[in-house]
Amino acid sequence: MQPIISVQHISKKFGEFTAVDNVSFEVQAGEIFAFLGPNGAGKSTTIKMLTTLLKPTSGELQLAGHNVTKEPNETRKVFGIVFQDASLDDELTAYENMQLHAVLYGLPKKETNSRIEEMLRLVDLWERQKAIVKTFSGGMKRRLEIARGLLHHPKVMFLDEPTLGLDAQTRNLLWNYIKELNAKEGMTIFFTTHYLGEAEAVAQRIAIIDHGKIVASGTSEELKQQTGTTNLEEAYLKLTGTQVRDETLDSAEGNRERFRSIMKNKQR
Amino acid sequence: MSTIYILWLRQIKRFSRSGIRILMGFVQPLVYMLALGYGLNSVFQQSGKGSYIQFIVPGIIVQTIMFTSMFWGANIIWDKQFGFLKETLVAPVSRMKIMFGSALGGATISLIQGIILFGISIVLGFRPYNWAYVPLAIVFMGMLSLAIVGFSAGIGAVVNDMQAFVAVNNFLLIPLFFLSSALFPLDNVPQVMKIIAYVNPISYAVDAIRFTLIHQTHFGLPTDFAVLCATLVVLMSFGSYRFKQIQA
Repeated sequence: MQPIISVQHISKKFGEFTAVDNVSFEVQAGEIFAFLGPNGAGKSTTIKMLTTLLKPTSGELQLAGHNVTKEPNETRKVFGIVFQDASLDDELTAYENMQLHAVLYGLPKKETNSRIEEMLRLVDLWERQKAIVKTFSGGMKRRLEIARGLLHHPKVMFLDEPTLGLDAQTRNLLWNYIKELNAKEGMTIFFTTHYLGEAEAVAQRIAIIDHGKIVASGTSEELKQQTGTTNLEEAYLKLTGTQVRDETLDSAEGNRERFRSIMKNKQR
Repeated sequence: MSTIYILWLRQIKRFSRSGIRILMGFVQPLVYMLALGYGLNSVFQQSGKGSYIQFIVPGIIVQTIMFTSMFWGANIIWDKQFGFLKETLVAPVSRMKIMFGSALGGATISLIQGIILFGISIVLGFRPYNWAYVPLAIVFMGMLSLAIVGFSAGIGAVVNDMQAFVAVNNFLLIPLFFLSSALFPLDNVPQVMKIIAYVNPISYAVDAIRFTLIHQTHFGLPTDFAVLCATLVVLMSFGSYRFKQIQA
């Protein structure tokens, strides 16, 4: 069977710096796949390339039968994504955010309202459909993003650290939705996380990237066997080392960081 | 079409919910109209130029449109910083449509502000020369709105930091406004001022609106219209080009 995601010898260079270095891997349809690695290892760059936001310097990317680089618009219709940072319009209501997404993805008008209701109910936000997103908590926003990402029936769902900064209850709830969707609709899930326990519990297969290269891949059992460890966290540390990585922020991210710290100080 | 419409609608909704910001947009032009319009009216009249309030209203309408349109570009920076832009960039629609729909929304907002200010000026005693020409004035106001919104979208696409954006805007807006024909007739100004006003496209926008509202013109309507069209095309192209270059 043809894999739903196929990454063949992908590299991405920013000037002299090689963020992703000759990476290859495949994800089968219906799989839950975890893509792990320390900060700055090349995770986000790889996701950006798979989701048409960045063009690879070399190599080939296929997603659900489409060449990502050559058919970006076809590719965009078949995946959904939840970004690391929020990407909602805070000034609009939950429903309006969903509606905008439906129009952008050309969802048939007849289907739109019932589909929005179905997705908002799935993440338990239907009662709050008319609330302005600004008033939502971090967990509610993340749930809304997931509902929005699912609206256009994607075959592949990318989740870039979907549980970052959420409490254990919300994390548990999110993984339940995701597993349910995977089981019911056979949707392929591609996610990153720093919570290795989550990856161990949820992912059917795992790839670990470090310094732009895949250092290991397989089921969590295989990774543990390979490294002679008893849990995924140990295996991960053995593979990527214990050294802390410093990630430099680009200017937009730098601004967000600054803004957040200002807001935090104000709240005090 | 529906993509452009929904992005236009997004801008209108955001604007209609901004409450106090809408009101604040009128403070500055009103101060200009009262302080300059009434303050300098007698001096202006003594020099035989007629009513200064009549003269200055088209200039103040242009100022409102310029400032509202120029600061609209902050939305692009906002969308970049708070992520919404990514949602549109991974959607299966062209960047041209995203830019155009949003810019139309921004221009509509500026135009509404301009029309409201026109209404206020009527209350304050302004009288258009002929009401039949008012719709034409609104067309020119719309063209100016879209041109400057296009320009500010371009600036917003290049600049990432809000303080820098405000600084760039003030650096551009103040000279463009004061060194145009908005506040004084160009007949008897020093040569240097005249040259600057002649190369400043804002002068032509003011002149076009002044012609349609009070039947006074310096350059003549055909010239005004031609310059306005050219400005619109150049600035919208700049905005679209820069918007396409944004890296996620």
